[in-house]
Amino acid sequence: MNNVSDITLDALVAEVLKKKNDGWRFVTLSCTELDEESCDILYHFDKDLASSHFRLKAPKATPIPSISSVYFSAFLVENEIQDQFNLKFDGLAVDFERTLLLDEEVTTTPFCRYGVSRANQ
Amino acid sequence: MKTIVPFGPQHPVLPEPIHLNLEVENEIVTGAIPAIGYVHRGLEKLCEIRDFNQMIQVCERVCGICSAIHAQCYCQCIEEMMGVEVPDRARYLRTIWGELHRMHSHLLWLGLFADSFGFESLFMQCWKIREKVMDIMEATTGNRVVISVNIVGGVRRNLDPEQIRWVLSELKFVEEGVKSVEAALLEDYTVKRRLKGKGVLTKEDALLLGAAGPTLRGSNVAQDMRQLGYAAYGEIGFEPVVEPDGDSYSRNKVRFRETLQSIELVRRAIDKLPEGDISVKVKGRPEGEVYHRVEQPRGECVYYLRGNGSKNLERLRIRTPTFANIPPLLTMLPGSELADVPVLILSIDPCVSCTER
Amino acid sequence: MQFIKNFIAKSRAKSPWIMHFDCGSCNGCDIEVLACLTPMYDVERFGVVNVGNPKHADVLLVTGTVNPRNQKVLRNLYDQMPDPKGVIAIGSCGLSGGIFRDCYNVVGGVDKVIPVDVYVPGCPAKPEAIIDGVVKALGKFESLRRAG
Repeated sequence: MNNVSDITLDALVAEVLKKKNDGWRFVTLSCTELDEESCDILYHFDKDLASSHFRLKAPKATPIPSISSVYFSAFLVENEIQDQFNLKFDGLAVDFERTLLLDEEVTTTPFCRYGVSRANQ
Repeated sequence: MKTIVPFGPQHPVLPEPIHLNLEVENEIVTGAIPAIGYVHRGLEKLCEIRDFNQMIQVCERVCGICSAIHAQCYCQCIEEMMGVEVPDRARYLRTIWGELHRMHSHLLWLGLFADSFGFESLFMQCWKIREKVMDIMEATTGNRVVISVNIVGGVRRNLDPEQIRWVLSELKFVEEGVKSVEAALLEDYTVKRRLKGKGVLTKEDALLLGAAGPTLRGSNVAQDMRQLGYAAYGEIGFEPVVEPDGDSYSRNKVRFRETLQSIELVRRAIDKLPEGDISVKVKGRPEGEVYHRVEQPRGECVYYLRGNGSKNLERLRIRTPTFANIPPLLTMLPGSELADVPVLILSIDPCVSCTER
Repeated sequence: MQFIKNFIAKSRAKSPWIMHFDCGSCNGCDIEVLACLTPMYDVERFGVVNVGNPKHADVLLVTGTVNPRNQKVLRNLYDQMPDPKGVIAIGSCGLSGGIFRDCYNVVGGVDKVIPVDVYVPGCPAKPEAIIDGVVKALGKFESLRRAG
């Protein structure tokens, strides 16, 4: 993977906005759980077949600012990550509150290997 | 007065369950909120218990319609991680089967689309042509839908000269069949009335909302992942199909022209098919990160893999084209008439099992 | 009255109306079910008609695994169908969960939620096998007719 740059929570929305103004197309987010404390979120962009990525090391406890105000299409994948990783996104355009993919009666967060469940919230 | 009209999950037009809450004011749709999750299985998580070779079978079942291309993308990712050089013949064979899948997927969609505006005989006709493509796949690989030819390091099956001659002669029938429905699909008065100017997606919106595949190319953006030149596309020559108007008719036309293009691409790949091995032995285990994109019948498909040197992958992330095409759909719907909603939903070629994995 | 009853029972066995519900399959079985209805395989020659309304249907074709969200929809559709009714589970996923049985959002096969009469194996099931399954389900209606 080339063209990856690290990014912090505070600078996230501003940097993404810069990308948008440069004419990049939003592709998707990829989230991986690193340990009990944090997740690794990659923001993928595309412009005329070239790719560029932001890497955000997100602590699980703090809400992550949503980029759906910049790229509307990000709301789906952000909801998906909420479902699967027990993270919280702030300012989502449409918030499904963890019921996008999983049913209301499901209380587990499947991608958390370290046993955080929705019931603990 | 605003009314909420639920659409789906079981709807005669849709072969798969998707739910939309349509906000309607006097037959005019003013807003739409999707609700998915009826087909969610969670197969990305399976990579933690199945090893990286077994995952090929799982990836093929992300979506039955474009299974060969999912497997191809996954194998290319693993090969990139492990630094495997695939034999030339395998790359060409992957292209051939990939394009056959695109052909059958587009014919399937053209049929379903015709059915969505009530043209049932055209639906039957398209599916009849499609059966020829299915025959080719069954004869060359042994299965109709999930063909399981891709492995890490190459492909599992070869084509002998006799099979190649037969495939070429069958393709002639497919081409004649596709051309015979052209007048009905593109020139018919009723079809034009139902499609022209419906669900317009401008070029700016398409890019901003991250549309993919024929939805994007129907809005005058020449972007096709095959331009990246993976498999044999770099060598057999490839030009994306683009239509300017951004309405349902454009998207229909893009897919129609791509069907003919796929036939041409298969012919070119067969023409240049190099001799040699079809696979190499692979040693080692995947390690590191890889981000890879291929073009599926429905558009750009993104795989992100992370390996840690064990036989199981640490993370497998799949972003499928329909997932990217839902936000454009939500902006197409407001302003349309309620009776056009099925046509608009089908015009992005929704594949729900891809979307939810 | 008996004449009408006999007539309906006979028609049900000779011309069953089917409804298809995708319950979380990979699409492979769905497109094979649809292929059954199209010119190559054409189940209409057995009098089979595809309908979209559960209240019109005699036979329910279910493909794919059941998950917590769609099991309610499946149950609902099944309850809406008039008696007597047949259920056919199609594909490895519909039978047992198949390749997805270990996934976190999978409950299992179709028979965990509704009773199944005929199981059609295959991944995906071939159109020939699906037609065979439908014909087997007709046997149920036929035996009901015999029993009176």
